[in-house]
Amino acid sequence: MSLLECRQVSKIFGALTALDHADLSVKPNEFHGLIGPNGSGKSTLLKCIAGAEIPTSGSVLLSGVDITGLTPAERAEAGLSLKFQITAVLAELSVYDNVLLAQQSQSSWLSLMRSRSRGALHERVMDTLQRFKLADRADDIAGTLSHGQQQWLEIAMALAREPKLLLLDEPTAGMSPQERRATGELLAPMRERCSLLIVEHDLDFIRDICDSLTVLDQGQIVASGRTQDVQEDERVKSAYLSHA
Amino acid sequence: MSEPSTKLHRAIPAIEIVLLAIALFLPLVLDDFWILFTTRVFILGLIALSFDLVWGYAGIMSFGQALFFGMAGYSTALIATKLGVTSVFLIVPVAALVGLVVSFAMALLVIFGKRQPSMVFVALGTLTGSYVVERLARGWSYVGGQNGISSLPRLTAGSYEISEGPVYYYMALGILLTVYVLLRLLTRSQFGLVLAGIRQREERIKFFGYRTQNYKGITFCIAGLISGMAGGLYGFHEGYIGPGQLGPVLSTQIVLYTLFGGAGTLIGSIIGVGLIDLFSFYLSQIWNTGWPIILGLLLLIVVMFKPTGLIGFLVGDRERAGSFGRIGAKSAAHVKGEV
Repeated sequence: MSLLECRQVSKIFGALTALDHADLSVKPNEFHGLIGPNGSGKSTLLKCIAGAEIPTSGSVLLSGVDITGLTPAERAEAGLSLKFQITAVLAELSVYDNVLLAQQSQSSWLSLMRSRSRGALHERVMDTLQRFKLADRADDIAGTLSHGQQQWLEIAMALAREPKLLLLDEPTAGMSPQERRATGELLAPMRERCSLLIVEHDLDFIRDICDSLTVLDQGQIVASGRTQDVQEDERVKSAYLSHA
Repeated sequence: MSEPSTKLHRAIPAIEIVLLAIALFLPLVLDDFWILFTTRVFILGLIALSFDLVWGYAGIMSFGQALFFGMAGYSTALIATKLGVTSVFLIVPVAALVGLVVSFAMALLVIFGKRQPSMVFVALGTLTGSYVVERLARGWSYVGGQNGISSLPRLTAGSYEISEGPVYYYMALGILLTVYVLLRLLTRSQFGLVLAGIRQREERIKFFGYRTQNYKGITFCIAGLISGMAGGLYGFHEGYIGPGQLGPVLSTQIVLYTLFGGAGTLIGSIIGVGLIDLFSFYLSQIWNTGWPIILGLLLLIVVMFKPTGLIGFLVGDRERAGSFGRIGAKSAAHVKGEV
């Protein structure tokens, strides 16, 4: 059974059809790439899955449960997590506090008032920072991190709730080649924990990390399947890859 | 291990200790007029703290603090004048309860609604509520109409009458200090971290699973409770409660107290009350008709050119933002051992 299933998802903004009856399926522990030219509807589809946008029609299912009408907070509880395209770390707080904020989200407000989980979460926060090479910057305010480090911090925060599915919107945007490589290395071990759906322009990164691929063009799915197969698809070559 | 790029210097605890020490010894050197004046500052300090909690920490622009303050003031004044209840042990909790209930009712309208409450919606909603209730009070003879309720009896503790002066001063200081310490704990708790997240990037933290409207609503109601408590104390201290204590003028004044002193620090809002009331008093002595113009210009200059308020001269951005999980020796060893 698919972990995520998008059925005939459409999104219309006024006269613009950003998504046109898009189908998408992601299996458990699969790394799935979502590519397409600018304006093809990749980010809109990701937002419809995450709850940042509500589809005009169609449905989104997670583990067989329809989550189309749920709020972002309810989707997070259902096992979905999102890293935004533009880095959205809490720039005035420390790196440590950013991760703590993400990790404590399962506690009740009453327990948070009494700071009951702060001590218990400390090891987890530090382990996460270690994993993302940010432990030695834990006390620094997040706004002082480099762009690449802010992207890693975002991913660390998105993984805090141990989601079933992590949605990554251009995780390597603005990164140096070394940082991109490091990002791939950071993500690889996640395969055992969750599935990834990645929107990315860097095709080399997608080829290296993804098991399967979906190509969008003008709001429609052009091809979907194993990465190797999709790359060989003539429609994909003409719609996207030949221009990349 | 690299040095933190922005070190945390703590100025607020030093300011708190100095101000507390001054407050504890002031009655020894002040005459009766200034003891009354400072007591009023403490009571208005409570309501300024409540506004700082909602605006400085949760990013909710509330023009309704006077509504909670005035409603509690009127309710307790009626209980005292109609039922003869003057015990401080009943009046203060009742005032707090009225503030809580009224703020909860307001929160149902402007925060817990189906639609996401924008800052403008909450500001206008609370302002309208404050205005409507003020107009109602002005026209309702049962609560004294334009004249309000005057000649309130004194608060009592058992058979002891709490008259205005040093005893009321220390009682107000004690309540202010208790509320301050509780708010300091709250804003530095994990709950405070969520408020910091809401203030900076509310849309982002919803994706972590936070129902941000609930957190905003809870904070709004806590602030309402504090405003209510202040309203009860104010009426009995002044011996009077009137429509002016319900309306937009006082609500705006509270906003100015906090912005002038510095939002998001707690202590800044109390400093704002003290300084604005002090300036107002002296300016009115110098120019008894035009002093509000001078005060208005002064406030405008501070708000425009020092958005962090006067406290911003002493407290850095890092300290204002706060630190919720400090890295001590244990975690430093954790880093050292694995990097």
